[in-house]
Amino acid sequence: MLFFSRWKVVAVLLTAFVVCLCAVPNFFPEKTVQAWPKWAQRHIVLGLDLQGGSHILLQVDVADVRRQKVEVLRDDVRRVLREARIANTNSVRGNTIEVKLREPNDTAQALPKLRELSQPIGGLLNTTGQRSVDIEDAGGGVIRLTLTDAAVLERTRQAVEQSIQIIEHRVNDLGTVEPSIQRQGADRILVQVPGLQDPKRLIEILGKTARLDFRMVDQSMTPEQALQTRPPPESEILYGQKDKQPYLIEKRVLVSGADLTNAQPGFDQRTNEPIVSFRFNSNGARRFAQVTTENVGRPFAIVLDNEVISAPVIREPITQGQGQISGNFTVEQATDLSILLRAGALPAKLTIVEERTVGPGLGQDSIEKGKLASYVGSAMVIVFMLATYGLFGLFANVAVAVNVAMIFGVLSLLGATLTLPGIAGIVLTVGIAVDSNVLIYERIREEVRAGRTPITAIDAGFTRALATILDSNITTFIAAIVLFFIGTGAVRGFAVTLGIGIVTTVFTAFTLTRLIVAWWVRQWRPQRVPI
Amino acid sequence: MRLLRIVPDDTKFDFMRFRRVSFPISAMLSIIAIFLYFHPGLNLGIDFRGGTLMEVQSKTGPADLAAMRATLGGLNLGDVQLQQFGADTDVLIRIAQQPGGDEAQRAAVAKVRDALGTNVEYRRVEVVGPRVSGELLSYGTIGIMFAIGGILLYLWFRFEWQFALGAMIANVHDLVLTVGFMSITQIDFDLTSIAALLTILGYSLNDTVVIYDRIRENLRRYKRLSMPDLLNSSINSTLSRSIITHVTVSLALLSLLLFGGQAIHSFTATMLFGVVLVGTYTSVFIASPILIYLGVGTTRMGASEPEPEPVGAVPARSAAGPRRTK
Repeated sequence: MLFFSRWKVVAVLLTAFVVCLCAVPNFFPEKTVQAWPKWAQRHIVLGLDLQGGSHILLQVDVADVRRQKVEVLRDDVRRVLREARIANTNSVRGNTIEVKLREPNDTAQALPKLRELSQPIGGLLNTTGQRSVDIEDAGGGVIRLTLTDAAVLERTRQAVEQSIQIIEHRVNDLGTVEPSIQRQGADRILVQVPGLQDPKRLIEILGKTARLDFRMVDQSMTPEQALQTRPPPESEILYGQKDKQPYLIEKRVLVSGADLTNAQPGFDQRTNEPIVSFRFNSNGARRFAQVTTENVGRPFAIVLDNEVISAPVIREPITQGQGQISGNFTVEQATDLSILLRAGALPAKLTIVEERTVGPGLGQDSIEKGKLASYVGSAMVIVFMLATYGLFGLFANVAVAVNVAMIFGVLSLLGATLTLPGIAGIVLTVGIAVDSNVLIYERIREEVRAGRTPITAIDAGFTRALATILDSNITTFIAAIVLFFIGTGAVRGFAVTLGIGIVTTVFTAFTLTRLIVAWWVRQWRPQRVPI
Repeated sequence: MRLLRIVPDDTKFDFMRFRRVSFPISAMLSIIAIFLYFHPGLNLGIDFRGGTLMEVQSKTGPADLAAMRATLGGLNLGDVQLQQFGADTDVLIRIAQQPGGDEAQRAAVAKVRDALGTNVEYRRVEVVGPRVSGELLSYGTIGIMFAIGGILLYLWFRFEWQFALGAMIANVHDLVLTVGFMSITQIDFDLTSIAALLTILGYSLNDTVVIYDRIRENLRRYKRLSMPDLLNSSINSTLSRSIITHVTVSLALLSLLLFGGQAIHSFTATMLFGVVLVGTYTSVFIASPILIYLGVGTTRMGASEPEPEPVGAVPARSAAGPRRTK
């Protein structure tokens, strides 16, 4: 146990040294590190609980996705049957569209047409055998088309993908540093933004669907009349975003936000009021020019997420494909609206299901406290080990110091996140890591008492203790792995340092401590073991 | 330099005698703990119950709790709890889950922000919606089950099944007592508590495994020693290690408890209780004696080998293993 071949000594020391070296970039200011080669820049990321920031979990509204998908299916059904000149009525119930053909004899003709609407899930390339619509002939000219769960799930997944891109766009436009946006599970998106003073604005920007429509104002009756009786079938009552007044707006969308190519905040040249100026793509520009030409003198409405931002009167045809939105904005609101318009509308509604924000003040406090607890804890353990084992205690302390340095090295190498519970994990590792030394030393004591010579006692002590060390650490390692998978954020940080700490502890016990003791035995040829 | 000897070299304490006391005591404590679990029950934090938690710091000297309570009480948000948190400027506000889904939680936060105005700094805001809190609770429970199962499997591979079962009983005992401790102290039970429970699980086993390792070794060596004597000898020879290790772990945890700040206070308090108080006791007084009842060692009796002296550990002649040239 005490003999090491030369290359093994080199390998052990080199491994320890290189891993420790990985921790170096953490001790230099970020500016300095950025000048280093890429491979040397890896460093520990401070968790949101230490540097301050927001952790926001968004969930795609699956009901919204389903509703949209059913709506699209219904439009398709109508179109297909109209093209085939088959008279019918249809109604929606949940995921099912029930089509009632006027002539039951048309069923044979209608079925193949409707079957074309059902597509294989996952596209043609990686088909799963599932289809998007179940079609059932209920007899008597009634056909039921049911949207499958697989279709909804697929659409949800697509919606998450698209939303991630749009959110990335929005968050980056806010000027935040190193935001992280990840999918989580089938229908969730985790947004983590460090170092934000006020998450309120971020939350407002994340939660908005940002569906912008240009529609005509229905002037066939006043909004008040429509509220008292009922609005015309092709119109609906929407409320103003600022003034909360009812407006009667046509349902038909003239031009949508999808046709915008750019949006910028600015000031109106005459009134100096904050505005958002925008530009259409060629398709949108053509449509807008046509509509404004036909409707000079009538008001149209700019509708954002079913709220009327403004309803100006068209004074002259707008043919240049650009325009501006004014709506009593503050500068910040105009900026945010242009961010939203540039990034585009979310494909489905997103709900914030979890928010955790730590202010920078608390983060700084936590760092200070974590540091203090680490220093005091380590110092107490070091003194205690010295008092208990003397010289061998010193060996143990050297091993623990290297151990901690290696934990930092591995954390840097992995680019892992250090949280306050993570710091607790490191401090705990210090307390636990010496356990491996204690196991070895106590075994050596026993062997000495059993009458062995120092060298055989030390040798036997290592041999017997190492098996125990492995066994006893694996149980905790299992717990750390489980914790890593169920934990989020700060707790996961604890699992990471705990797990890494166990690995480095076993490494130092098996190699470094042995190496040190072997070196000492060779150098001093001890007549008795000083423990 | 004279070194510390916490446990005298030839300690031969009769731990096994105490099993007639320790088993009933543990059974009683476990029943009390289970009772506490139902009444008053765990103080579920927002991770598992949903709702809002805000840590605010008054910018104008010590926080006026009464005034804040009056202000927030008028907001019609249901159950609002205020509590001093660390320094006298810091206040922890807990708002119960609002009816009306995820959006309603956000609205509550906005109301509080408006009401408290700019005299306070928002150090921490956590809002957990009803969907997420339900999931976190089930993940936490499943996680602990998985950990227990995984460790059981590992021990079964490494030892005989009796050891795995014994360790598991001891472990569940630890968890039950810790849950009782959390119920009686009304410590916030949240995700970090799950982390604490899993750590306790790991380290309490760590201790048990060390003793089991020795028992297994002794079972092979002393074929005719009676089980209680063998267990006593195994515990006594690992006693010094157990105590020293627990001192170092306690030192680390104590430092975290005293200096680590409020944020990990309940986390470290729970671990200190579970790892140091319960874990040590369990390995010695529950996990080891239970092996007698599980029938470990009954098949060795009557083996024909001569009985070596069970002093200290290993007789030098038999155990001078071949020098390995690793």
